[in-house]
Amino acid sequence: MAKYFVTIGLEMHCEGSKTNSKVFSSARNEYTDIPNANIRPLDMGFPGTLPVLNKEAVRMALMMSIILHAKQPEYMYFERKNYYYPDMPKNYQITQNPPEDCVGMGGYLDIIREDGSTFRVDIDNFHLEEDAASMNHLYDTSTIDYNRAGNPLFELVTKPCLHSADDAVSFLEYVRAIYQYCGISEADSKKGHIRCDVNVSISDDENTLGTKVEMKNVNSFGGVHDCIVYEIKRQSELKDAGRYDEVIQETRRWDEESGTTIHMRDKVDAEDYKYFVEPNIPKFKITQEWIEEIRKSIPELPYERKEKYMGEYGLSNYDAGILIKDINTAQYFEKCIELGADAKSAANWITGNILGYVYKYEINIEDLYLTPERLNVILNSMKEGKISSKQAKELFYMVLERKEEPDDIMKSVGMQQISDDSTLTNIVSEVLSENPSQIEEYKNGKTNMFDYFVGQVMKKTRGQANPVKVKELLNTELSKR
Amino acid sequence: MKYMNKSITELHEMLVKGEVTSEELVKESLELSHKVQERCNAFVTIMDDASGGEVNDELLSGIPYGVKDNYSLKDVLSTGSSNTLKDYVPFFTATAVENLSKHGAIPVNKTAMDEFGMGGTGTTGHTGVQKNPWDLTRMCAGSSSGSAASVASGVYPYALGSDTGDSIRKPAAYCGIVGYKPTYGMISRYGLFAFASSLDHCGVLTRSVRDAAIVVDGMKGIDKYDMTTWDSSNIHLNDDLNDDVKGKKLFYIKELVDIENYPDASDELKKHLEIFNETVEKCRSLGMTVEGVSIDKKLLEAIPSVYVVISCAEATSNMSNLTGIVFGPRSDGNNYYEMMKNYRTTGFSPLIKRRFVIGSYVLQTENQERYFKNAQRVRRLVVDTIKEQFKKYDGLILPVGTGAAKHLDGSLDALNSGTSALEDHLQIGNFGGFPSITIPDGFIDGLPVGVNITGNCYDDQNVLNIAYALEKTMNYKGQIAGGEE
Repeated sequence: MAKYFVTIGLEMHCEGSKTNSKVFSSARNEYTDIPNANIRPLDMGFPGTLPVLNKEAVRMALMMSIILHAKQPEYMYFERKNYYYPDMPKNYQITQNPPEDCVGMGGYLDIIREDGSTFRVDIDNFHLEEDAASMNHLYDTSTIDYNRAGNPLFELVTKPCLHSADDAVSFLEYVRAIYQYCGISEADSKKGHIRCDVNVSISDDENTLGTKVEMKNVNSFGGVHDCIVYEIKRQSELKDAGRYDEVIQETRRWDEESGTTIHMRDKVDAEDYKYFVEPNIPKFKITQEWIEEIRKSIPELPYERKEKYMGEYGLSNYDAGILIKDINTAQYFEKCIELGADAKSAANWITGNILGYVYKYEINIEDLYLTPERLNVILNSMKEGKISSKQAKELFYMVLERKEEPDDIMKSVGMQQISDDSTLTNIVSEVLSENPSQIEEYKNGKTNMFDYFVGQVMKKTRGQANPVKVKELLNTELSKR
Repeated sequence: MKYMNKSITELHEMLVKGEVTSEELVKESLELSHKVQERCNAFVTIMDDASGGEVNDELLSGIPYGVKDNYSLKDVLSTGSSNTLKDYVPFFTATAVENLSKHGAIPVNKTAMDEFGMGGTGTTGHTGVQKNPWDLTRMCAGSSSGSAASVASGVYPYALGSDTGDSIRKPAAYCGIVGYKPTYGMISRYGLFAFASSLDHCGVLTRSVRDAAIVVDGMKGIDKYDMTTWDSSNIHLNDDLNDDVKGKKLFYIKELVDIENYPDASDELKKHLEIFNETVEKCRSLGMTVEGVSIDKKLLEAIPSVYVVISCAEATSNMSNLTGIVFGPRSDGNNYYEMMKNYRTTGFSPLIKRRFVIGSYVLQTENQERYFKNAQRVRRLVVDTIKEQFKKYDGLILPVGTGAAKHLDGSLDALNSGTSALEDHLQIGNFGGFPSITIPDGFIDGLPVGVNITGNCYDDQNVLNIAYALEKTMNYKGQIAGGEE
């Protein structure tokens, strides 16, 4: 499989969820479960309606264009892409049509892998357009929800410059983080904010390009990874068998259930979209002043934050990389620090227990009952020796399951570490008094009896004794006997 | 007819003095609507439940008017004279109409037109042919045919029109009235059914230049629903209307109006150009300079083709929203595409379908450079050429068309060769978004003909003042077709 040179190109669509209204209509841009609640006459293509460009969406697009090191156009304009489909009642989409001027031309982004090595992704173009409605195809009928129709949609197109599924995902994850950090989109794939098209080809060496196969509408990064791996395997096997001519330029669909790609249409079936400049949106100049203003307003980006985590808090490249991947995770972490938690300990808990839980139950970290404040109670109790680390982990799951304050749970289940000297001394004495023969054995050189005494103390305290203290006191008390 | 033959200012004075009520005006206008409907088939809808309104300082208050059927009017059937929207009742009102309502104006009917404005004859609407009130065997021209017929018949002092190629200004000429489309973006197009967005203008048909100024004052204004509108709050067309045009400079295009260019000219064309020359003399008598300017004939002759390519391309895209699914009479079919196809196949007239085919063809990837992009380049060339002249001149003066209204039976019309540029030069005004007004300037065999004045963008006041001064030198202001009953 690895014997062929793999080339991958990506088209990443991200719905801008953070504008107040849609990109060309005054309807609200807001996610809701009630279908067709956010609609204005334009969104349904009523006669006489006209698009009005959302300046905030343009600002966001320009910010992204700057971050991608792309060239911004001198004049901004839009084009119509004409096609008949029920998800777009006007039956044309207002978009931009590279290589005609669009919001970002060319550019690049440097990506850091988990192992700390880097690679560069060349950007072909970045453009702004309107989203289509979401459709649900049922057994004998289809439903359409126009809430999403007309929302700002940012499309980023890379050059065919990626060579592995892992790199493709690293890139997508980083771009998603940028969208979040810049307040452009929640970039939540569960809400359908992120959708990708993936191009894959294989060749004998890096100087030639094979036949490009496109996969449309891959809606998760896991899906992107798996469909690339599948496609490489499929194409390689055909090539191995001398049947590379069966790899045709086509559009395929990623089928999540079967984990395979399925033919959708040939390249020759491609529709002619009859692009032309949208006459209702006058061309307007993008001033250098505006660009500079936007450049200055770019917030701290994920990699900048990562460096801070590594430098200031001494976190590893791996841990810092995980924390910054999702802005809500980073914010959770920073809140813990703000509350006085030890950075490394907080990072361990977040990258381990918390994200494990979040991924397992497919919830968002910001919706977790175990807020940074509650986590901090657990961490502090552990730090102060009130509970053991084993107890802390138990407490963590109890808090999440019972949705009760950690303090209350510790009280109600009697979860408390006994560190008090006099209490522990009494228990240690008690244990020793009950086991004279074992003391004898210990004195005669059977040193592993020491662990037996520790065990007996823990048993008496139902595991709540501070083991460090117990060992200390045992040494003292044993020497007395 | 007691009132509706009068001008807006006359009616306003009578209303304010209490000589007539708004209710009486509306009643008379509705009665006349039914008469003119019988005679000319001018309307899609007559709003019999319309009633009079408040009269205040606003010149338009309490006075009835007509609305072309491609303007959305809330709760009133608005079809664009197309079968595809024969049952469509909008739930919002076009900004231009909304603005007039704020001034107290009262819509009383929806005027028939060429289907979606795509025609210049007034014969393609779904309710049939509009007949010219001066001669019922002739057409009104279009597409604002119903508006022209009704204003010329004296149903009310004004009716709204829309103009993509010459759809206000040519019917105005054929019906002996005034037709004015202001600079692109002065009036919002929100709520106007789109034909070709880069060429579409709102405007008005009236019986005097002053009335045109008053109505456009009421329609115009920047609109947050139309990005192409601009702030004209410092422009007061009626207040600033004056006939002091001494020293103004006009030009005409020699290639269009020199009779030598038409070796087989009909008597009608000869007479039409004679009338134009007399009009030019009247301009000179007002102290204006009028000069002939030579413009490349090839460029002039390209104008109609450029218009066809651009307008059809934009139209085919603009009208993609007409599927009968969301609105309009839904068609049957086994699936979405079949429903849509059946609706569009049965709903559109053959003329429109032909234009859609042209529009699609010129936009196809393999044709786009040769047709659509080139048409846009020539459009720019035409506009630049005319704008160059506007550096020296205050306006362009030209005769409208090749003569009087054509026969509904086309075989009766005299034929002239090489007149296509003369027939269609008003499209220049749409290419450049120029303010452009047509006023009547004479008669040929009892049928009115018109002259057009076009100026540079944002120079509406100047264009209106020239027309206003010229109007005073002639006796056609306020004329009603066939005289007053």
